[in-house]
Amino acid sequence: MSAELTEVRAARFLNWNVAIIALTVIVLIVAAATVDSFGTSQNFGFLVLDLLPIALVALPMTLVIVTGEIDLSVASTLGLSSAVMGYLWNANQPIESIIPLCLLLGAVLGAVNGLFVTVLGLPSLAVTIGTLALYRGLAFVVLGDSAVADFPAVYTDWVTGTIGGTSIPDVLIIIVVLAVVFGVVLHATPIGRAVFAVGAGEQAARFAGVRPGRLKFWLYVASGLISGLAGVLWTLRYSSARADNGAGLELAVVAAVLLGGVSIFGGKGALPGVIAGVVLLGSLQNALRLSDVSNEALNVVTGVLLIVSVLAPNLARSVLQRRRT
Amino acid sequence: MTAVDLPAPRRSSLDVVLKVRELGIVIALAVLVAVTTISNPRFLSGQSIRDILLGTAILAVLAVGQAVVVITRNIDLSVGSVLGLSAFTVGTLLQNSPRLPVIVVLVVGAAVGAVCGVVNGALVRFGNVPALVVTLGTLYVVRGITYFWAGGSQINADELPSGFLDFGNATVLGIPYLVLLAILVLVVTGVVLRNYRTGRELYAMGSSPQAARLAGIPVGRRTIGAFVVSGALAGLAGVLFAARFGTIDAAAGTGYELNVVAAVVVGGVAVFGGSGTVWGAALGALLLTTIASSLAVLEINQFWQQAIVGGLILLAIGADRLVAVRVAAGLKKRGSHVS
Repeated sequence: MSAELTEVRAARFLNWNVAIIALTVIVLIVAAATVDSFGTSQNFGFLVLDLLPIALVALPMTLVIVTGEIDLSVASTLGLSSAVMGYLWNANQPIESIIPLCLLLGAVLGAVNGLFVTVLGLPSLAVTIGTLALYRGLAFVVLGDSAVADFPAVYTDWVTGTIGGTSIPDVLIIIVVLAVVFGVVLHATPIGRAVFAVGAGEQAARFAGVRPGRLKFWLYVASGLISGLAGVLWTLRYSSARADNGAGLELAVVAAVLLGGVSIFGGKGALPGVIAGVVLLGSLQNALRLSDVSNEALNVVTGVLLIVSVLAPNLARSVLQRRRT
Repeated sequence: MTAVDLPAPRRSSLDVVLKVRELGIVIALAVLVAVTTISNPRFLSGQSIRDILLGTAILAVLAVGQAVVVITRNIDLSVGSVLGLSAFTVGTLLQNSPRLPVIVVLVVGAAVGAVCGVVNGALVRFGNVPALVVTLGTLYVVRGITYFWAGGSQINADELPSGFLDFGNATVLGIPYLVLLAILVLVVTGVVLRNYRTGRELYAMGSSPQAARLAGIPVGRRTIGAFVVSGALAGLAGVLFAARFGTIDAAAGTGYELNVVAAVVVGGVAVFGGSGTVWGAALGALLLTTIASSLAVLEINQFWQQAIVGGLILLAIGADRLVAVRVAAGLKKRGSHVS
């Protein structure tokens, strides 16, 4: 790849990233100005907590989508992790061993996806629609429609608490640390370059010495692990383990990632844009909820954003091409 | 594989595979029915069979529409939401004008669905957006619109005209109207897909969109057409849903898309497009409905149902993959260039 091409590419990413970050800032300013309680420090805490599961799961999802695959089972993995957490807590297991177990469970569920996609070579869309149903079904088998509450206050307080005397939520640490880790891996390591190479062309990547199967497998494991973590944090935040926790979250995650400028066809994307996409989606939902828009109606916004985020760049490109010819 | 030795290798070997594929579902069904009946003879009573057939009718109409879309290498995840919108629309319509003939209600339901299908199809065609993204989006948009409109309200059976509810319960020669309607949809779609030029073009598009375009097939128009069929059938299924259950709220049909995709995939329609039949999809619908019903009869926890649906999807695509690999290997041996 010539330096010139890299430069052109960098410029294009920069444009999209600048655009989406600018849009996010505008939404934040407008929301703070028009919605009464949006700009308060208390709402900032709620906003971060609302963002938490989308932000965490969007990180590995970005890498998965850049390789040209998809993982629709993340919300069900979150739900199963939450259900198992409740089941074990009900069985009087110590929380210190439950949490690592739930993370391990998430990694195993991700590995199952990875095996189907890489070893059997099945389309990830079909596989993860299958495991979306399977994992959610297992969550209901484990916990039924009951809820488990009364998790230890030390943990639930930490998740909903803030750092020292500031109004910065504790969980923001987790988001920032993981975002930095995933950002560095994607944009500054050979693993990240392999991810882009596989997404741009699997055959070519193989000739260049990348093993696409192994890479994808570990990305699915990461996706499962982070979804398991999101399940634990979700349970602790509401102090309620339920089988239907996080149902439908995959839509918001995929919407945020695509909104962040990641191409659904793979090979293109950048993590700062995805973070902006998450914040944009989250703050829009938060502001609308504060304006008494119901949750079901919020889904209209998420659905429209999802379609527009893919439609807009395509339309822009075809307009540009028409002008050139 | 003896099929490979026949003169027209590709067609005949695929035919044999598909026949075996559908045979597999029939065997699975027979085993399931036998096991369930042995443990509880009540399973084969008239009422139980009627329930299974009615449930299958709704799922099969959805699965036939989905099969048409999947054959073109697309997917329509919005069917459950379209069903809900259509059911609520016809419910409201019948509340206001109870004297409408059933045929008009069916047409209105299908029209509501067709409009949703046009939106899906146009976004896929003109926006160059993958069907997965478009229909995942419209799944939530359409459901949201229904919630906006319905709010928390519910339409109950006593608010619907008795003529319409009769349509949901009445039978001809012991076969419910809903089942006859589903069979009609199945046969018409099946014949069009198998014997008509338009139908064959859909398969060609699914096998290779580029080749189909080079062969002069209007790929864009056919794509929209496939989504309109899927939408219209989902709308029709909404009317059947309303007639069967009589109780409709904004959540009607939530999560149906999973069962529909499962029925289609289990029925042997490949998710890569280009192969499979609506007969298989309908058999898949029958199998899934029978499983749900035998879980109840066998007194197995109902919560297992969704997990079984997921497991079946994985099993079906895994099995299809293995068969496809073997067929491809067989064809390669004969020096054919089909991959």
